[in-house]
Amino acid sequence: MASLVAILDVKGKSLIQRSYRDDVPPSYIERFLPLVLDMEEENVQVTPCFTDEGINYMHIRHNNLYLLALSKRNSNAAEIIFFLHRLCAVLSEYFKELEEESIRDNFVIIYELLDEMMDFGYPQTTESKILQEYITQESHKLEVQVRPPMAVTNAVSWRSEGIRYRKNEVFLDVVESVNLLVNASGNVIRSEILGAVKMKCYLSGMPELRLGLNDKVMFESTGRAARGKSIEMEDVKFHQCVRLSRFENDRTISFIPPDGEFELMSYRLSTPVKPLVWVEASVESHRGSRVEYMVKVRGQFKRRSTANNVEIYVPVPDDADSPKFRIKQLGGGRDYLMRAHFGLPSVRNEELDKRAPISVKFEIPYFTVSGIQVRYLKIVEKSGYSALPWVRYLCVNGDDYVLRTITDAKASSIIAPL
Amino acid sequence: MAVAPPRKGENWELRQQLNSEYRDKRADAIKRVIANHTIGKDCSGLFPDVVKNMQTDDLEQKKLVYLYLMNYAKTQPELVILAVNTFVKTAALCVAKVFDLKPELCIEYGFIETLRDLIGDGNPMVVANAVTALADIHEAAQSLSETANGSGSANLFIIDQATLAKLLVALNECSEWGRIAILSTLARYKASDSEESEHICERVMPQFQHNNAAVVLGAVKVIMIHIKHVHREDLLKSLTRKMAPPLVTLISSPPEVQWVALRNINLLLQKRPDILANEMRVFFCKYNDPPYVKVEKLEIMVRLASEKNVDTLLGELKEYASEVDVDFVRKAVRAVGQVAIKIDTAAERCVGVLMDLIETRVSYVVQEAVIVLKDIFRRYPHSYEGIIPTLCANLDELDEPEAKASLIWIIGEYAEKIENADELLGTFLEAFKEESYPVQLQTLTAIVKLFLKKPDESQAIVQRVLQAATKDCDNADVRDRAYIYWRLLSSDPAAAKAVVLSVRPPISLPQTTVAPAILEELLGEISSLASVYHKPAATFIGKGRLGAEEMAKRTVETEDEVSREKALQTVVAGQQAENLLDFDADDDVPPKVSGWAIASAAKASNPLDELMDLFSTASMNVPAQTPGAPMAMNATGGGMAGWEWI
Repeated sequence: MASLVAILDVKGKSLIQRSYRDDVPPSYIERFLPLVLDMEEENVQVTPCFTDEGINYMHIRHNNLYLLALSKRNSNAAEIIFFLHRLCAVLSEYFKELEEESIRDNFVIIYELLDEMMDFGYPQTTESKILQEYITQESHKLEVQVRPPMAVTNAVSWRSEGIRYRKNEVFLDVVESVNLLVNASGNVIRSEILGAVKMKCYLSGMPELRLGLNDKVMFESTGRAARGKSIEMEDVKFHQCVRLSRFENDRTISFIPPDGEFELMSYRLSTPVKPLVWVEASVESHRGSRVEYMVKVRGQFKRRSTANNVEIYVPVPDDADSPKFRIKQLGGGRDYLMRAHFGLPSVRNEELDKRAPISVKFEIPYFTVSGIQVRYLKIVEKSGYSALPWVRYLCVNGDDYVLRTITDAKASSIIAPL
Repeated sequence: MAVAPPRKGENWELRQQLNSEYRDKRADAIKRVIANHTIGKDCSGLFPDVVKNMQTDDLEQKKLVYLYLMNYAKTQPELVILAVNTFVKTAALCVAKVFDLKPELCIEYGFIETLRDLIGDGNPMVVANAVTALADIHEAAQSLSETANGSGSANLFIIDQATLAKLLVALNECSEWGRIAILSTLARYKASDSEESEHICERVMPQFQHNNAAVVLGAVKVIMIHIKHVHREDLLKSLTRKMAPPLVTLISSPPEVQWVALRNINLLLQKRPDILANEMRVFFCKYNDPPYVKVEKLEIMVRLASEKNVDTLLGELKEYASEVDVDFVRKAVRAVGQVAIKIDTAAERCVGVLMDLIETRVSYVVQEAVIVLKDIFRRYPHSYEGIIPTLCANLDELDEPEAKASLIWIIGEYAEKIENADELLGTFLEAFKEESYPVQLQTLTAIVKLFLKKPDESQAIVQRVLQAATKDCDNADVRDRAYIYWRLLSSDPAAAKAVVLSVRPPISLPQTTVAPAILEELLGEISSLASVYHKPAATFIGKGRLGAEEMAKRTVETEDEVSREKALQTVVAGQQAENLLDFDADDDVPPKVSGWAIASAAKASNPLDELMDLFSTASMNVPAQTPGAPMAMNATGGGMAGWEWI
C-alpha cells in the first residue's frame, strides 16, 4: 500500500505526484533527498526503503529520476518496489525514454496512468498493452468516446475480446543468456543460463495455447521416454496468463496469450557451462613508458555455428578509454589474436588498479546452450482457424559474462583465461 | 476555503469556463485546473465548480474530475462523500476510501456486509478487490480503535472456512496484484488443523512460479506461516525443496527488488538455514552491484558458510578485499573474521587469508584485518601466537582508534610472550594524551596486564600510565578505570590478577540477529517493510518508536518468563547508563542500542552472563546494525578488558 507516488528529478524536486490517501502530506516528498544526502554524509548505507519520523520512503532509481512511494503503514515493500519498476516500464513504453523532459510534456497522460495503475494505494492494472487501449497518447484530441476495455474487469485481464487478424501467426523467440564468472587463475567459479521464451502473438479471438518443451520433469512424470535430449529447468517463471496450477499438476504450459509482444516464461539452469567464447589476455606493462596487450579469442562451439558481433572489453588504466576488440563473425573452433600497445605518461598514480573485469559480448544464432527445444505449440480457437507458429533460437552473453584480473599487473602476467 | 475568490485572476477565469455551456470549453478548463495544480498553484477554491462537471457521459472528463477530487478530497470531506455516490459503483475499493473518510457511515449503510458478499463473486477481479478493501478497512479499524483507547476493537474482516475456500479458488485466476492481496489475507488465516494447513500450502505452492517478485514473496510468507502445522513428511520436504529455486531467481531481478528479496532471505535463513545450503554461489557479488546489495549478499554468504564451501568463499572474500570501495572492502575483511569464528576447522585458513591481506599493506585493509584478528584471538586463545610479530611490525600503519586499540589489546593479552611488549606499549604511552579515549582505555588495561604478568620489568611503566590516566586525562571513564586499577594493585595484587586476567567467555557468531520471538513475528510479515527493516512494525509506525520497555514487554510476553524481564532491564539500564557517558553518541543511538540489548537479552537466563556475551559478540554483529552509527565504546565490568563496539 502506498499513500503517495511521486517522480522526482535528480535534485529531489517533485516533477509529478499523485496522492492516493490523505494520511501522508505531500510536503514529505521534499524531505526525501535531504534525508538521502544526510545518510550519505554520515556514511550510512542508502537503501531502497527507509523510515523517518513515522514515514516510510520506498524508492527506485531510473536514469536521473527517483520514483518514490510514501506510506505510513507497514506496507508490502516487495509489492510497492515491484510496482515502481512496472510504472517505470509502462511510462518508458509510452514515451520511449522516461526522463524529465518526457514527464513535463505529458502531465495529463501520466496522471491518467497513475490513476489507472493504482487505486487507493493498491496496484491495479499494470499491463501496458491493456492500458494503451484506453489511455491513448493523444487522448485529449480524440473525437470518439473511449470505453474501458472489458479486459480491465474480466477474468482474462490481459487480453481484450474481438481481436482480428487476417493472418494468424505466432513467433517464438527462445533467448538464452549465459552468465559466467572466471577467477584470476582461470577457473569457472560460477555459471548459469538465464533463458526466456518471448512471444509475438498475432492471433484472432480468444485462443487457447499449449506449449510443449523437452522438459525432463514432464517426460519423467508421464513416463514417456524422451526422444533425444531433455533438459531440467531449475526454476521457471511465467507471465500471469499461464495457469500455474496446471503446470504444478502435470507440467502443461497452457494459457490465453496477451496480444502482441510479451515474455511468456523465463527459466534458469545452473548446470556448468563450458565457456563458449574463450579469451586469454596477457598484459605486459613497462612502468612509466608503455603497456602491451595481447588478447587471444577462441570460439569453443560447433564448427557449423557462428558467433556474431563479438566484443571484448579489456580494462585499462583510468585515463584511457577501454579498447574494444570487435570481431564481426567468429566461427566455431577458430582463433583470433589482437595485439595493442599504448604509450603511458611517466607520472603514475600509485593506486591505479580499477577492479573492472574483462567482459565479453556475443550472439550465437540458431543455438541454445541448454539444448531446450520447443516440441509443439498448439493453438485452439473456437472459430477453428489454423495458425502458424514460428520458432527461433538465440544464445547471447548475460550481463555478467566476465573474468577477473590479477590485482597487480606485473610484467607479462597473464590476466586470466576465460 | 470559504473565502470568496476575487473576480479576476486565473481562478476566476477558470471558474467562468468550468460553468460554460459548451462541453469542450469545460473539458479544457478542467485540464488547465489540473495543470495548475501540478505546478503547485492552489485550486481548491474551484472545488464545487469542478465537481459539477462530474455529471457527464464523457468518460474522459469524468476521470479528470475524479483526479481533481482525489487531490482535494481532504479539504472538503463532506462534499466528497456526496460526490462518491454519484460515481458508478465499480470498484469495491471505494468502500475502503469512504471508510477512510467516515468510518461510521460505512458501517451504518452496511457497505462492509456488501463487501463480504462480494468475496463470493464469480469474477476473480472483484474478489481480489473486495479482499484488498476489507484488509485495508481491517487495518484502519485496528489503528482507529487503538487511538480511541480500545473501545470495541471490532474485527471487521473475519476469515472463516467458507471464505478460505473462495479465496483459494480466486487465487489462481485473478491478476498478479490481486494475488498479493489474497496471499496476505491467507497469511492471517488461522488454520483449524494440520490438514487444513497442508491444503493451503499445496494450493499456494504453484505461486512460486509467478514472475512477480511480490507474489513469490507473498507465497513464501503464507508457506512459512502454515508450514508450522504441516506434519506430512513428503509435503514438508517438497515445500523446502521448492522454495529455494524461486528465491534464487529473485537475485536476478532489478537491484531494488533484489535488495528487498535479500533482506527477506536473510530472515528466512535465520529460521531455516537449510533451504539455501547449496546455493552460496548465487550470492557472489558482481562488481557493479549497488553497495546496499553487496552488503546484504556478504551477510548471507557468511550465513551460508559451511565446511564444504568455505574455500570458495574465502577466495571470493579475498577478491572483494582488493576492490576500490573502501566500505565494502572493510566488510569483506570483517566477513573473513566471521567465517573464522563460525567454522573452527577453517580458522587457520582464515588467518592465512588475513595475513595475505596484511601483506598488501593497503592501510585500511591492514587496519580492518587487525581488528578482525583480535576477535579471532578471543575465539581461539593461544592458537595463533605465531603471527603476533607480523602484526607488531605493522604498528606504524595503524592510525584508526579501533585498529590501534585492537592491536594494543592483543599485545596486552599476550604480554608474557612478546619480548618487547613494554617497548611497544611504551610508544603508545608516549602519545597518551593525544590518543582517543578507546585507545587510552586499552593502553591502560594492556599495561596493567603486562605488569601483572611481568611485574619486575614493568613497574615504571605502570606507574607512568596510572599517573597519566588519572592526571592528564579528561575522560571520566579512563580516569575511573585507572583509579580502580590503582587501588586494586596497591591493596591486593591477587585480586587485581583475578579481575584483570580473568578468563573471558569465548565469543561465537550468533545464529540470529533478532530475538526468536521477534523473528517469528517478522517471518509472518515477509515482504512487508517490517521484514525488510528487520524490526517489528510497531517500532516504526503509529505512535512512532516503541520504547525499550514496551519492546521488552512484548518479548517477555511471548517468552513468558519473569527472570528474563529482569535480565533485560539490567542490560537495558546498563546500556543506557553507558551511553550517557559517551561523548560521541548522537541522539539516535540509545534506542538502537537498547533494541539490540533486548534482542540478545531474550536468549539469556543469567543477566551477567548475557552482559558479557553481549559485549563480546556485539562487534560480530556490526553488519546487522544500522551501518555507520557512531561508534560507542563500552567499558563495563571492572575486570573485563573486553570492551567492544556497539
